[in-house]
Amino acid sequence: MAGDLREGRIVVVGASLAGLRAAETLREEGFTGSLTVVGDEPCPPYDRPPLSKQVLLGQVAADTTGLPMRRNPEAEWRLGVRATGLDPMGKRVLLADGDALPYDRLLIATGTRARPWPHPEEAALDGVFTLRTRDDAAGLAERLAAGPRRVLVIGAGFTGSEIASACRERGLDVTVTERGPAPLVGALGGTLAKLAAAMQRNHGVDLRCGVTVTALRGDSSGRFTGADLSDGSRVEADVCVVALGAVRNVEWLADSGLAAGPRGIACDAGCRAFTMYGIVTDDVFVAGDVSRFPHPLFGYQMLSLEHWGNAVAQAEVAAHNMVSPGPLRRPHLALPTFWSSQFGLNIKSVGVPTFSDHVVIAQGSLETRRLAMVYGYQGRVTAAVTVDMAKSLEYYQHLIETAAPFPPASGAADRPLAAEIPVPSDVPDPKGLSHGPTVALTGYLPDRRLTMVQPAG
Amino acid sequence: MAADTLLERITDYANRPNPYPLYAELREAGPVVPQADGSYLIGTYHEITALLHDPRISADPRSRGETMHEPPFLRLDDPEHHRLRTLAMRPFGPPHSPGRIDAMRGEIARITEELLTAFEAGRQVDIVDDFAYPLPVTVICRLLGVPREDEPLFRAWSDAVVASADVTPEDDSTERDRTGEQARIEMGQYLVDLAEQRRGRPSDDMLSAFVNEPDPALRLSRAELAETAVLLLIAGHETTVNLITNGVLTLLRHPGHLDQLRRKPGLLPQAVEELLRYEPPVHMRERIPLADMDVAGTTIPQGTPVVLVLASGNRDPKRFQDPDRFDPTRPDNQHLGFGSGIHLCYGAPLARIEAQAALGALIPRLGTARLVQDPPPYRQNAMLRGPRHLPIHI
Repeated sequence: MAGDLREGRIVVVGASLAGLRAAETLREEGFTGSLTVVGDEPCPPYDRPPLSKQVLLGQVAADTTGLPMRRNPEAEWRLGVRATGLDPMGKRVLLADGDALPYDRLLIATGTRARPWPHPEEAALDGVFTLRTRDDAAGLAERLAAGPRRVLVIGAGFTGSEIASACRERGLDVTVTERGPAPLVGALGGTLAKLAAAMQRNHGVDLRCGVTVTALRGDSSGRFTGADLSDGSRVEADVCVVALGAVRNVEWLADSGLAAGPRGIACDAGCRAFTMYGIVTDDVFVAGDVSRFPHPLFGYQMLSLEHWGNAVAQAEVAAHNMVSPGPLRRPHLALPTFWSSQFGLNIKSVGVPTFSDHVVIAQGSLETRRLAMVYGYQGRVTAAVTVDMAKSLEYYQHLIETAAPFPPASGAADRPLAAEIPVPSDVPDPKGLSHGPTVALTGYLPDRRLTMVQPAG
Repeated sequence: MAADTLLERITDYANRPNPYPLYAELREAGPVVPQADGSYLIGTYHEITALLHDPRISADPRSRGETMHEPPFLRLDDPEHHRLRTLAMRPFGPPHSPGRIDAMRGEIARITEELLTAFEAGRQVDIVDDFAYPLPVTVICRLLGVPREDEPLFRAWSDAVVASADVTPEDDSTERDRTGEQARIEMGQYLVDLAEQRRGRPSDDMLSAFVNEPDPALRLSRAELAETAVLLLIAGHETTVNLITNGVLTLLRHPGHLDQLRRKPGLLPQAVEELLRYEPPVHMRERIPLADMDVAGTTIPQGTPVVLVLASGNRDPKRFQDPDRFDPTRPDNQHLGFGSGIHLCYGAPLARIEAQAALGALIPRLGTARLVQDPPPYRQNAMLRGPRHLPIHI
């Protein structure tokens, strides 16, 4: 049995971080069969975190962020061609160039793409960008280097905030609009969002919260000139970056019978895809941003995460399970983690901050811009976010993994008085934000966002 | 024998050449092992790493009532620790001096070669005195801006400070502590004087950077400068000498691996990591809980010294497969050689470069080398463990 699984044909659809790490792991785990990796971009796998940071700062060129390979995955690379469909009965992946790739086992790692501006003719204006791909980053970096009068960033999630930070570091005027009450509020809740707002304003960002952009304007030659806002004001700018979150690349699976939707493809803890009837497949696996998977530490809710670390960890588990017989398969239980750098701050998170009802600042303070914020749900620790205190994260990770009581025990040398007083975590409904959530809890939500239906009497 | 005297036996000089069977005994006795002197020993990997990351555990000796003026950042807790460590990092590493250590590679290689030209085939050399000690001393002197010829001067101070920082269960360390404190003061004075000579006349060294910092908010006070400079000078060589010496000793005890590294020098960085696991320079660190803490079911009361035996954690079979085997190709080698958590070794990047350069240059010359004495004579110190001499015949 084990011998069989190390042979045969495996197709990986998606040639980014998750696809590459899965391909490498398949070989590390002894897979000797044929391996094909399909990617819609023409270039080999590259790393995205630098695109909104070092690349926009002009420190590195966009085409130098290629992902290092841990080993040669000895794969056939089908790059620059899109997968257009899946025939699960015939076990074939259909490609845009008319080819059909037969497989014994399939890994879907098609990730996400930037959510475009909803009006195509406005989105097509010269100077309007999204930021997801290497080409996006190269184009935007070039415009920033040319010194625009002002940059408009629509959406203050992580990508939007990092872009704004890069603009300020380059000395460019920047306006950020956000439909929610503060930057990053959807990912970090109200308290840290206040710090994020203060940081943006202290660094000279023209931050407009509680507004939306109603129209992008251009001149007669199709160049972006500015935008109208829902509060009746107008922003004059030469460059616009639409940072409204991501769309999962699942459309090609519309007729596949898989449980694929706007939040991703549902799979079990072993990365095996579910069909639309909730039946687990045994030959189709999912990893990375495009997946939704249950996590026991968060009430078995289906998580969809746009995190670098999740793409790596889940790809490794998926690859292992693809070549291992049932009893040797492993669950993907890694704790979600992510990091961001913006406005001179290093922000790191572990757990799921949106899975919370209360928070405390357990170490440090907002005033010093150095702190560890701990999130709790129903009296246990579920997440922690550090600002310029990354070395403390491992402690909180241990608390989350062991379901330690919330608030965490006192005694830390730099624990502020405020740590004894938990406050509501103030995580807004994602529907009220400009940017989509980078972590989506797609099962039931923590109580305060639940509608309880109780039988009368 | 009773586990409550393990610390006495570990620190007993007779066990210095091979404390590892005692560490195995420690791990078998449980994750938390109370000692006759009232302290606790912890030698299991996962408990050690959890405690090193726990913000309720203090590195400050004053947390158990010890008196000590202005400890260096190694022995401070946040937020004071963070402030001083950050200021000390400014002229040493990223983000303000990203290339500082990397730029020393060439100079380190040159110093290494100079020391090695004195090695003649068919002769006996002492790896400690002729190589492993002078290399890091020369490097840290260059880096800080300390005259190399003052080495005999600060060597005596350094010895006294290091001796007072050793972990010992015995009753009366008052005299040793007093001598150590006196040495710290004198050494601090000496280094502050050196730095002051550069005030307003900046040169390319760290003491100069400390006194010529333009932003008043980022300046070290005189007392902080003294403590920081003493720490950097001592930590900058007392540990690396053991890393290099332990490396040579281990390789000569494992001729197969020595040969493997000679053929594949690319393995060297990984081999240095394995040395940091297998024969680390720092064997123990002492910490003090700031609150009653539950560790693996045992409550350790606030203020009680806890000795984390890092070198034992490095050999914990629950973390490392076949831990007593030296394997320069070991994967997943997250050792405790540099500690972990907020006090993670400040000088680790420099130590790595020095050890890689030293062993890389030495290995081709060890073709027919043999140990003159095995085990070699060890230094007194149980915490910073390493041979006092390592005579070899080449």
